[in-house]
Amino acid sequence: MPKSERRRQLEAAVVYPVDWLEERTGLVSFVRFFLFRHVPKRTNWFHTLGSATLTAFLVQAITGVILAMYYKPDPDKAYESIQFITNEVTLGWLVRGMHRWGASVFIILLFFHMARVFLFGAYKYPREVNWLIGVVLLILGMFEGFTGYLLPWDQTSYWATVVGINITATGPFLGPFLAQILKAGAAINEETLSRFYSIHMLVLPGLMFSLIGLHLYLVIRNGVTPPPWGPQEDEEEEVEAEPSARAGLVQPSPRGRRTT
Amino acid sequence: MGSERDEGRHEAPTLTVWPIGLAVGVACVLVGLIVSWWVVAVGGGLVILFAFLWVRDLLRPTPPSPPSPPARLRPVAPAATRATRKGFLSGMTLGLGAVIGGAVTVPPFLLAILPPFLKGEGFQKLEVDLGPIDAYREGQWLVTKFNISPRGGSVNERTAFVRYNGLLDRLPSFTIISNRCVHLGCPVQPNGPVAADQRKVLGSGRRKVELIPAQPSGFGCPCHGGQYDIEGNRTAGPPVRALDRYSYAIRDGRLVLVGLYSVGKVEGEGKDARIAKYRLAAPGIHVDGWERILYPLQPPS
Repeated sequence: MPKSERRRQLEAAVVYPVDWLEERTGLVSFVRFFLFRHVPKRTNWFHTLGSATLTAFLVQAITGVILAMYYKPDPDKAYESIQFITNEVTLGWLVRGMHRWGASVFIILLFFHMARVFLFGAYKYPREVNWLIGVVLLILGMFEGFTGYLLPWDQTSYWATVVGINITATGPFLGPFLAQILKAGAAINEETLSRFYSIHMLVLPGLMFSLIGLHLYLVIRNGVTPPPWGPQEDEEEEVEAEPSARAGLVQPSPRGRRTT
Repeated sequence: MGSERDEGRHEAPTLTVWPIGLAVGVACVLVGLIVSWWVVAVGGGLVILFAFLWVRDLLRPTPPSPPSPPARLRPVAPAATRATRKGFLSGMTLGLGAVIGGAVTVPPFLLAILPPFLKGEGFQKLEVDLGPIDAYREGQWLVTKFNISPRGGSVNERTAFVRYNGLLDRLPSFTIISNRCVHLGCPVQPNGPVAADQRKVLGSGRRKVELIPAQPSGFGCPCHGGQYDIEGNRTAGPPVRALDRYSYAIRDGRLVLVGLYSVGKVEGEGKDARIAKYRLAAPGIHVDGWERILYPLQPPS
């Protein structure tokens, strides 16, 4: 059925700004390439654990940014401001709850994701660097948990931080110095709280955002690993041939394939 | 390029460092406008000096160039020269970038790392007045609570267990044990009754000192179960040394805490105790035994 004049005008009105943007930035084709790239045939729900972890991280980032609007990193006010967020501010209980429980969700998903990568052998050539980045992200994530735990400034968080810092201090040779940097001095006091706050909401998230970007870039560049079960790749019918520029994006390059 | 007339104009100007000096001078003037007039003066001097040098360089007659070969045969500037100029520029870009990058990242990095080790507010000499020594009866343990910082705040509150041991060589002797567990820093508690209802309060504000009589048979830590005897020696659990102690002075008949030190082991009791004294170390750190080689350096505290 031929399109009516009106319909064509409407479509043009939608397409024109998209085209305008595409011509000047290439963003549209990039997003299409990112979202609609080929993946191996037996890609399954286990492959969504990485995205789930990313989602959990974004939830932490967003709720954290908003909580920072109400939280006061001062020994005299920290505990009260947490009480204020939880009991008085509209929806404060919900957002703080999301941040508090989301922290555990993030770490749990991180470990599930890591287990999937390990069991699927997805850390092997050519994806070793991505495994290493993931390990750094795991460490940073746990450090986020440690620094965030102090912020409510109640008995539990204070003494847990005392113990955590002193465990650091028992590390041979450099341990006492690392602990002193964490404490911001010889003893845990006012400076420690604001230092932990800064590390928790600025230093670590900044590092993690950049490393996650690199992590995703490598996922796109090296492609998704098929699960280790089912017929091997060479027995499978090939997915449609890739343009040479994208060779290796979808399937691992031949060196990574099993020889059997 | 072909015509002979153009040759002179296309010759690359000789490299000179004067423009850099000029730029430094201008920058100096701009910074000086904000900072101080004499910086402006120095910058102005630099500008005039380097402007003069640069202009003199430009006006200096170039030495007569050797007779150039006929235009047709004259080679393009040798590849090496070109590479040098390109290399110089990219080198300058990278080098200056590194210098600027370093200049802006190193100070904040040092701000994060250095202050914890430098003398500052956190390192003020310990000086806590625990009240007149008449308040302490011989052989009586008192749980004392006090504040170690002029800023006050509950985060700077500390607890010590104090016992007056009577006179030793005509000087009052005290046993003052810190309540910081030397496993991982939790607060140790007296094992035995604490008479909270006989609490005495001396002073007020941030100089407030609480004295609570207690009858401990030793000390125990609620976190991981470390146990100590009455002199602070470890008897069970994970701690690696004896409890830290405060050093003290008697001033005008008042007991004053003046420092903290770590203890390897205490032999004997009360005023006859022989204390293996070490520089204050963080909890969990061995001060004696072979394990001390793992901690050769201690940060200032």
